[in-house]
Amino acid sequence: MIRLTGIERTFVVGGEMVRALRGVDLHVARGEYLSIMGPSGSGKSTLLNMIGLLDRPNAGTYELDGHDVTALDDDQLARVRREMMGFVFQFFHLVQRLTAAQNIELPMVLAGIDPGERRARLERLLSDYGLADRGGHRPDQLSGGQCQRVAIARAMSMGPSVILADEPTGNLDRRTGQEVMAVLEQVHRDGGTVLLVTHDPEIGSHAKRRLRMVDGAIVSDERVD
Amino acid sequence: MRSADLLEFAWQVLRGYRARTLLILLAMGIGVAAVVAVTSLGEGARLYVVNQFGSLGTNLVIVLPGRSETAGAMPGVLIGKTPRDLTLEDALALKRSHAIRRIAPLVVGTGDVHVGARVRETPVLGSTAEMKDVRSMEVALGRFLPEADPRQSAPVCVIGAKVAAELFGARQALGEWIRIGDRRFRVIGVAAKQGQSLGFNTDEIVIVPIAAAQALFNTEALFRILVEAKSREQIAAAKSDVEEIIRLRHEGERDVTVITQDAVLATFDRILRALTLAVAGIAAISLAVAGILIMNVMLIAVTQRRREIGLLKALGATARQVRLMFLTEAVLLAIGGAAVGLAVGQIARQLAAQLYPAIPFEAPWWAMLAAPATAVITAVLFTLAPARRAARLDPVQALSRR
Ligand SMILES: Nc1ncnc2c1ncn2[C@@H]1O[C@H](COP(=O)(O)OP(=O)(O)OP(=O)(O)O)[C@@H](O)[C@H]1O
Ligand SMILES: [Mg+2]
Repeated sequence: MIRLTGIERTFVVGGEMVRALRGVDLHVARGEYLSIMGPSGSGKSTLLNMIGLLDRPNAGTYELDGHDVTALDDDQLARVRREMMGFVFQFFHLVQRLTAAQNIELPMVLAGIDPGERRARLERLLSDYGLADRGGHRPDQLSGGQCQRVAIARAMSMGPSVILADEPTGNLDRRTGQEVMAVLEQVHRDGGTVLLVTHDPEIGSHAKRRLRMVDGAIVSDERVD
Repeated sequence: MRSADLLEFAWQVLRGYRARTLLILLAMGIGVAAVVAVTSLGEGARLYVVNQFGSLGTNLVIVLPGRSETAGAMPGVLIGKTPRDLTLEDALALKRSHAIRRIAPLVVGTGDVHVGARVRETPVLGSTAEMKDVRSMEVALGRFLPEADPRQSAPVCVIGAKVAAELFGARQALGEWIRIGDRRFRVIGVAAKQGQSLGFNTDEIVIVPIAAAQALFNTEALFRILVEAKSREQIAAAKSDVEEIIRLRHEGERDVTVITQDAVLATFDRILRALTLAVAGIAAISLAVAGILIMNVMLIAVTQRRREIGLLKALGATARQVRLMFLTEAVLLAIGGAAVGLAVGQIARQLAAQLYPAIPFEAPWWAMLAAPATAVITAVLFTLAPARRAARLDPVQALSRR
């Protein structure tokens, strides 16, 4: 469903060109569970943002479900993001003034889904991710693991085809990290396509397909069963 | 995004940043309250003046000696040589006009009024029986000056309520004699309390027949002539008749100024309206200041909420939605501020009304509409730039810690 061909991404920093992605080719099928590892600065986040339509390539093509998305304008990209992509970040990125339930609802609110439908989905998400009695709590009243589960529930609220997780356990202790990984695995088992960026080999080993990046290029791509 | 959700989201932001919200509400509120208070004051002054002139009498035309340059409302600078006096004969001649119902010639001076051993210096007004109706005066006790040939001086007078109290105390004034200079007058009436109007306080004057006043002050010259036109429509005709009759009597010289109550009123009305508008404009500047405050606060908010904006975009918010979020916030702030301002303005108006009951303080309808509208429009205008900046944020950069 995701097909990248010759993707280039360069940044200009202080007059110098930084090639964050150097001609990346990648094909990801629906339902795959894929981890991306590699040293810091190798372009993992840049690749993930590219796939998540947050960033545009300087060269190359990106086909999503057979459609070329490099030609879409910003608002069209926003709509595709809303319908198909679910982001999970290292620092959770929850809105502090909103409750867990309100945070989870945000994508549905942006999509204009009516409140009745929202409530129904919210109830299911809260119980699916073990947050049934936490809906009314604000992020600062939740543990790190709970915050990340809220973030995952938020990412899942629009029933996305792809979950993009950039170091989702990077800010959690080992045990909570395992807990969050279990949740991502559940998403995968339910048929979700999961792309996971991590530094931690143990976390990365959860995935069935493992990419390694160095200097903006994919240097290895192995599958385990 | 549904409008209800947009409002809810903005509401959460306003609640989330309480101090900031209160600050802007205060600034907006002060601006709106200032416009309301200042326009109530101006409108109050205007209505006060209009009422004062209205109480002078109806369909009034005033004839003054001397030609005013502007020939308009205010007897201003005199040009040319000293004008010819207005005389009682001039006044009586005006009766020939079909547009004129009544005339009241006036002679004004100051005299020492004696009752027994008591003396009081009082303005003394000489006029005729018709003055009562021309000026819409009321007599509290007794009657007004008798209908008689104005060239004859009867030894009678009508005194103001305050003069009566000071000279006679609790005693009955009617029928008593007073002495002004070397002439004696019998009190035949006490004027009802009417207060100040056009330079005279009717509570503090003594009114005598015009011939008596002329003798008392040893003058032929009239201070002015009050003329009552037959109807509102006849005011213009009365004015031109007066000018024509006096011109003929003064050997073709146009040496009087004829002003109509309407013209005076219209002038005051114009001046005070303009003044109200001007001060309202000045007060509106404080709204612009509030607008700049909003812009500043919103710019800070865009920086502060960079990550949140980046997140919203990652979650699928379009640029339009981000702009709308900020604009909704600004509009809510403006409406809230306007509501606070209108309330505070009303309280200020009521306080002023209690302190000065004579002045009808009332914010004009246009100010009640314009102040909140200006608040909302400035808020929106000053939020456009910050909102656009927010909508343009690159989500990747906004979300990163850089
Ligand atoms: N917005 C940007 N402006 C300039 N340079 C950037 C930007 N984003 C990324 N880069 C550069 O691109 C390269 C790849 O960055 P990227 O964030 O993708 O690395 P990463 O593999 O995710 O590293 P880490 O493991 O530290 O998160 C780096 O050299 C980085 O400095
Ligand atoms: Mg990274």
